[in-house]
Amino acid sequence: MLLITCPWCGDRDEPEFSYGGQAHVPYPADPEALDDEEWARYLFFRDNPAGPYAERWVHTAGCRRWFNAVRDTRTNRFTAFYPAGAPRPVDGGGAS
Amino acid sequence: MRLPRGGRIDRGQVLSFTLDGVRRTGFRGDTLASALVADGALRVGDSLYRGRARGILTADAGEPNAFVEVAGLDAMRPTTTVELVDGLRARTLSGKGRLDPAAPGGGATFDKAYRHSEVAVVGGGPAGIRAALEASADGARVVLVADDTELGGSLLCGRDHADDAWLAEATADLAARDDVTILTRTSAIGLYDHGYLVAHERRSHRHERLWHVRARRVVLATGAQQRPLVLAGNDRPGVMLAGAVRTYLNRYAAVPGERVVVATTDDSGYETALDLVAAGVAVPLVADARRRPPPALVALLTDLGVDVVAGALPAATHGDPALTAVELDGRTVACDVLAVSGGWNPDLALFAQAGGTLRWDDRRAAFVPDVAPAGVTCVGGASGVVPPGVFVPYVAGAGDPATWTEHFLDLQRDATLADVHRAQGAGLRSVEHVKRYTTIGTGSEQGRTSGVNAAGVLAAALGLASPAELGMTGFRPPAVPVSFAAFAGRDVGHLADPVRRTAIHDRHVAAGAVFEDVGQWKRPRFYPRPGEDMAAAVHRECTAARTGVAMMDVSTLGRIEVVGRDAPEFLNRMYTNAFAKLAVGAARYGVMCTADGMVLDDGVVIRLADDRYHLTTTTGNAATVLAWLEEWLQTEWPELDVALTSVTERISTVAVVGPRSRDVVARLAPQLDCGNAAFGFMTFHETVLADGVPARVARISFSGELAFEVSVASWYGTALWDAVADAGRDLGITPYGTETMHVLRAEKAYPIVGQDTDGTVTPIDLGMAWVVSKRKDFVGRRSLRRADTARPDRKQLVALLPADPEALLPEGAQLVADDDPRRMVGHVTSSYRSAALGRTFALALVESGRGRVGGTLLAPLAEPPIRATVHEAVLVDPEGARRDG
Repeated sequence: MLLITCPWCGDRDEPEFSYGGQAHVPYPADPEALDDEEWARYLFFRDNPAGPYAERWVHTAGCRRWFNAVRDTRTNRFTAFYPAGAPRPVDGGGAS
Repeated sequence: MRLPRGGRIDRGQVLSFTLDGVRRTGFRGDTLASALVADGALRVGDSLYRGRARGILTADAGEPNAFVEVAGLDAMRPTTTVELVDGLRARTLSGKGRLDPAAPGGGATFDKAYRHSEVAVVGGGPAGIRAALEASADGARVVLVADDTELGGSLLCGRDHADDAWLAEATADLAARDDVTILTRTSAIGLYDHGYLVAHERRSHRHERLWHVRARRVVLATGAQQRPLVLAGNDRPGVMLAGAVRTYLNRYAAVPGERVVVATTDDSGYETALDLVAAGVAVPLVADARRRPPPALVALLTDLGVDVVAGALPAATHGDPALTAVELDGRTVACDVLAVSGGWNPDLALFAQAGGTLRWDDRRAAFVPDVAPAGVTCVGGASGVVPPGVFVPYVAGAGDPATWTEHFLDLQRDATLADVHRAQGAGLRSVEHVKRYTTIGTGSEQGRTSGVNAAGVLAAALGLASPAELGMTGFRPPAVPVSFAAFAGRDVGHLADPVRRTAIHDRHVAAGAVFEDVGQWKRPRFYPRPGEDMAAAVHRECTAARTGVAMMDVSTLGRIEVVGRDAPEFLNRMYTNAFAKLAVGAARYGVMCTADGMVLDDGVVIRLADDRYHLTTTTGNAATVLAWLEEWLQTEWPELDVALTSVTERISTVAVVGPRSRDVVARLAPQLDCGNAAFGFMTFHETVLADGVPARVARISFSGELAFEVSVASWYGTALWDAVADAGRDLGITPYGTETMHVLRAEKAYPIVGQDTDGTVTPIDLGMAWVVSKRKDFVGRRSLRRADTARPDRKQLVALLPADPEALLPEGAQLVADDDPRRMVGHVTSSYRSAALGRTFALALVESGRGRVGGTLLAPLAEPPIRATVHEAVLVDPEGARRDG
């Protein structure tokens, strides 16, 4: 059971949150301009690193705000929590 | 036998208990196992698979043999962890528990508690006590979790009492600290990420509690566990761990036998032998696997007349079936107990569960902590401080090891050395594979007594010097057995899940409704009259809705208000059809898709003002849709000025349906002109009802009939229901439930999201291309022209008419075509009897379905198989003539 630091509410247990997959995968500005392969890449392709991973969470049973986190998938250690829309912190570590 | 003095039992308190109906006694301070040892009753239930006689092996939770069920507590427990209380009744189990479904938990109380702390310490021995004292020195909140009935751990089991004063002082000191919580009789069962510890407290035999502790740091002082020795016939009653013999002797003054042979691979066997001699028990022999045992220890024993044999271990046991002798180097030594030590395993179950890694330490002959998970520290025995010794995974017998079927590795699973050899012979090299092949370590002891020896046997079979490169099998919670009832706690019965009832619920109960669960909602399914079954009631309700007037409580529909300057633009992006130009006062049906173009939800949207919409969702999908809208607003379009509010529970809505519904609504809302010209289909009006209640009346139809939905604030819900019933009484207004609602909508091919769709269905598949805008972007639009989504042979929604008009297709039935009866071309999604059609019908998703209209399909697995004609999806009033009355 992860301990997740909501940027607005602080440390809370994982069941209060829902997971949103990889962060920084924006909805394409003009989907109609993409060919099938590009669109499929947006829809279906996500990174799966063994290491730091920027991912989305939402505090469903709390403030209901979306935010991002950097978590090492090998150890579940979080190195950063930051609001949705903010860039990934440089010291968040890792390549992905 | 009980020694005349000594032990930590209270001889002033005699406790009587029964095991398998036999009445026995023990003392306060005993476990069930120690009382049995004192009573000379070492033998327990026979083994589960081979029916072999077994005895008490351990004095702790690693016990693989001695299981009982305690009356009133529906769980299988090792006798070694059952605290003796007066009047205890227990029944021996042969390694397999049973649940009484009629009385889950046996009537005991189970609850849960939650705690936050800076430090959690697991283990009540000296290392744990010291860790708790140090951690709390600067005022930190500390939770100390200890299996035992009191603190002390190994200090409670020794002969000398030199540490008693320290223990008493330290325990009193801890107990006096406000921020220290001491949980005795509590087993840590799981350690998870970020210091999350779950522990099971046995407050009494009638009350258990599951603790959830979140700690910044976790100190594991879980100690070490002794391994048995693997030799021929090592499963007889009378074979015990040397440490357990010592515990019974010193802590409980209980002597397990009259002549005890000790066999050891490390120094700890000597302590047992010395304690036995001191208690007056005959010790004819100590066998030490080491060629050069510590001379000082040997001298202590030989001075007492004990024969010490170095470099040898007993190879076999004799007995009938209880132990009578052991074989050592060709001689037979009579004994009734064989006390064995095969070395010590640091108890790292929690450490490994939380992600810690282990490494083999040759000098300690044990797996010890390698890399600790963040925030976790091991101290004491768990850190690897165990008596050094040699690793002897088994004592060789005669001939081929593959035939050694009495060298037991896992007593609970009756698994032997031969089983490991068979696994290795089958080509298995991984300890995890061997575990699954042989079932070693899959019992409730979780490999505590068996795992390392099994790894050693496998290493030897593979020609490896040690189990170092094989590693250990994974550890999984719960580390010790816990009853299901403890996990459930109080979340049972009506507390298992919240129940949602509409404001009108009591009226449905009074009307005799049969309810069904829709998400967490209780909804009336139908309202049977005396003598009616569901089919008869639904037929009557459907007929009323299509020929007269009927009413339904539709308050469970999800309702979301969407407010803000950009609300029109936002809805345009989220729905497949356009809402920006919807007039204030008008309503429109809409469909939402996920980004891959599949239907997510549908519902009716009304526009209350330029910047205010009110949308409805499928009953079971309300939370999903709200979360979906919030996600897009927050993560993609935060610049939009839009606010979302769930208003589901603020509003009660009654649908008034049928050709006579206008008459009813006209009486109900006298200020309203209900004529078609003034009150068109898909519009709404705010009004005040005859009884003075403000209401919103909309002309929305989920049946194809003339219909109105009347909405009021939910505290007027029952008043509204009564007012509608009164207004329609002379017209025979009929309440109907979800079943009739489903039939009426299916006759019109209105899909139910989640029943007729399953996340792989587009609006076009449903025959609703008209709802998909060609002029604007919306979530999912780009996907509708992906190659797979644009295929002409996708499954499409059609109606099916069984050849036999009485035959009801089973929902979910697979469908095949005549040209290839092996290939499934679709499945039935909805199936009913129709009052309007006077026959059965179904909706189905069928490959190229619209191209098959007029053809036939077969549901071959229905009993008997059902043949049906494919039909356009809309069966009743396809031209839509009925909606205006």
